[in-house]
Amino acid sequence: MSLGDLMAFAWRALRGHRLRTILTLLGMSIGVGAVVLLTALGEGARGYVTNEFMALGSNLLIVLPGKTETTGNAPILGGTIRPMTLEDCEAIQRRVPRVRRLAPLSVGSARVGYGERRREVTVLGSTPELLPVRHLEIAVGRFLPDVDLDRGAPVAVIGRTVQEELFGGANPLGQPIRIGDWRFRVVGVMAAKGQSLGLNMDDVVIVPVTSSMRLFNQPSLFRILIEVGAHSEIDQARREVLGVLRERHEGEEDVTVLTQDSVLGAFDRILGALTLALAGIAAISLSVAGIGIMNVMLVSVSERTPEVGLLKALGAPPRQILKVFLVEAVMLSAAGGLLGLLIGYLGSSILSRAFPALPAHPPAWAVSAAVIVSLLAGGLFGVLPARRAARLDPVLALAGR
Amino acid sequence: MIELRGLTRHFRVGDQTVRALQDVSLTIPDGDYLALMGPSGSGKSTLLHILGCLDRPTGGMYALDGREVGSLPENELAAVRSRKIGFVFQFFHLVPRLTAAENVELPMVLAGMRPAERRARMTKALAAVGLTDRAAHRPDQLSGGQRQRVAIARATVMGPSILLADEPTGNLDRASGHEIIELLERMNGGGLTLVVVTHDPEVGQRARHILKLVDGRIASDGGSP
Repeated sequence: MSLGDLMAFAWRALRGHRLRTILTLLGMSIGVGAVVLLTALGEGARGYVTNEFMALGSNLLIVLPGKTETTGNAPILGGTIRPMTLEDCEAIQRRVPRVRRLAPLSVGSARVGYGERRREVTVLGSTPELLPVRHLEIAVGRFLPDVDLDRGAPVAVIGRTVQEELFGGANPLGQPIRIGDWRFRVVGVMAAKGQSLGLNMDDVVIVPVTSSMRLFNQPSLFRILIEVGAHSEIDQARREVLGVLRERHEGEEDVTVLTQDSVLGAFDRILGALTLALAGIAAISLSVAGIGIMNVMLVSVSERTPEVGLLKALGAPPRQILKVFLVEAVMLSAAGGLLGLLIGYLGSSILSRAFPALPAHPPAWAVSAAVIVSLLAGGLFGVLPARRAARLDPVLALAGR
Repeated sequence: MIELRGLTRHFRVGDQTVRALQDVSLTIPDGDYLALMGPSGSGKSTLLHILGCLDRPTGGMYALDGREVGSLPENELAAVRSRKIGFVFQFFHLVPRLTAAENVELPMVLAGMRPAERRARMTKALAAVGLTDRAAHRPDQLSGGQRQRVAIARATVMGPSILLADEPTGNLDRASGHEIIELLERMNGGGLTLVVVTHDPEVGQRARHILKLVDGRIASDGGSP
């Protein structure tokens, strides 16, 4: 019996039980579709985060106070953290030529007011370099003035939301605002940017770093953002920055320097694991679908027992009976798999159209795994019913027993 | 030529042994027309199944065309059924989703015959049972007599030497039953060995020989002329 004949025979059998076939197909296609769609979702999330970081430029170093990597040794000298200061910034800029741009960052939260209106806002302290380092844009006016680091001018640049909330339609440029108990003059408004790395950049006020450190009475910077000339120099620059800071901090390495790659790598691992977890959940539905196929095939075999008897009477050896039912099961699961691919791709294209920021494309490994597993499921879960059919006693089978 | 010597067939039912056939010896020459008769449970269907290589004897010898087939493994028995034996059943056993033509083609499909030859043989077999114009009909669109004729076309399409019919008229009205017997006899006239299991004395009387079974033993053997 040729494969073509086997498939034609199986096709007739499947068509003979339309509803049952469709329901089984549905089970399998939901399983495959779930794998495709959920892994697409996971990949989309990963792509989204990667894009967010790439938008910052790939040659960024982030210096933060404190040591995140622990050593086995217990700290001998109390382990107090020295503040990360503006002098540190100047030393880095002076002594590490690979540093192209550097932006110190201090962060606080304060009540900002204009006239009768007030708003609780995140206040960022930095230098004019923040603009290129964080890829920000000015909508109206200008950014922070380029003055000496330690001069805290009473000027502020406000985000789009802050402008709308405090000024409404009025022109904010040149207007005085209160931040805490201090007065600042608005010199510029940021272009709308939205959420970036967990901070709503539209709902911030940016002031010179010295001003914000005095305002919040902070001895230490929150971060130093460093942009390196080229991506290839990033590791060298990281070592040099660490070297300068260690020297200035009396030989103690009490800061952490993160590279963009390491942060991205961590996120990548986490989200990769998320994708795998989603794939695992989807795989469960796939295996349930496989069991569904087995169930249907078992029903089919017991329903068609007299037919099996007939095939045997007509001279079909057990292997051939096995093939007949196995081909039927594999066709069922393969068709379900294809339908599932269709559902998965359709779903993920709808998803990525509805949320353009989420690049939800099913990964090739998940797609091929889903298809292969669906085929295997048909073969694997089809074996038991097919063997049962092949082993039927022809005389009893003809009698329908 | 079929030869049975001291054939027995025992079934185990629970902890009891049912002796369905006991010491059956029999010779059926090629082209014979034999009726197997006897009350229910006399073992006539069991004998038919063994003759058709669907079942194996517990003891004794069964030689088909000089070859011992009683102890062949399943695969070789299947091959013997495919080439030498045609079955006709009381309940027709047509595959309901296939047309008459496809049902007739089925044994050839199973044997892996090429489509062109299949079609040619199927056309001839359907013509021989007078159903050329019903080729595209499914079983549920055919009368009982027509269904049995499709089954006879299917049983003969591989060119077997033996035709085994198990109560072929048992599910038909008198007129259709008569037609079917006449059709089977025509096949026998063409050289096919015909063995018919029947309750119906009227059908049995038409055979060249009658073998009566009682309690798994041959009660009377018309013998070969």
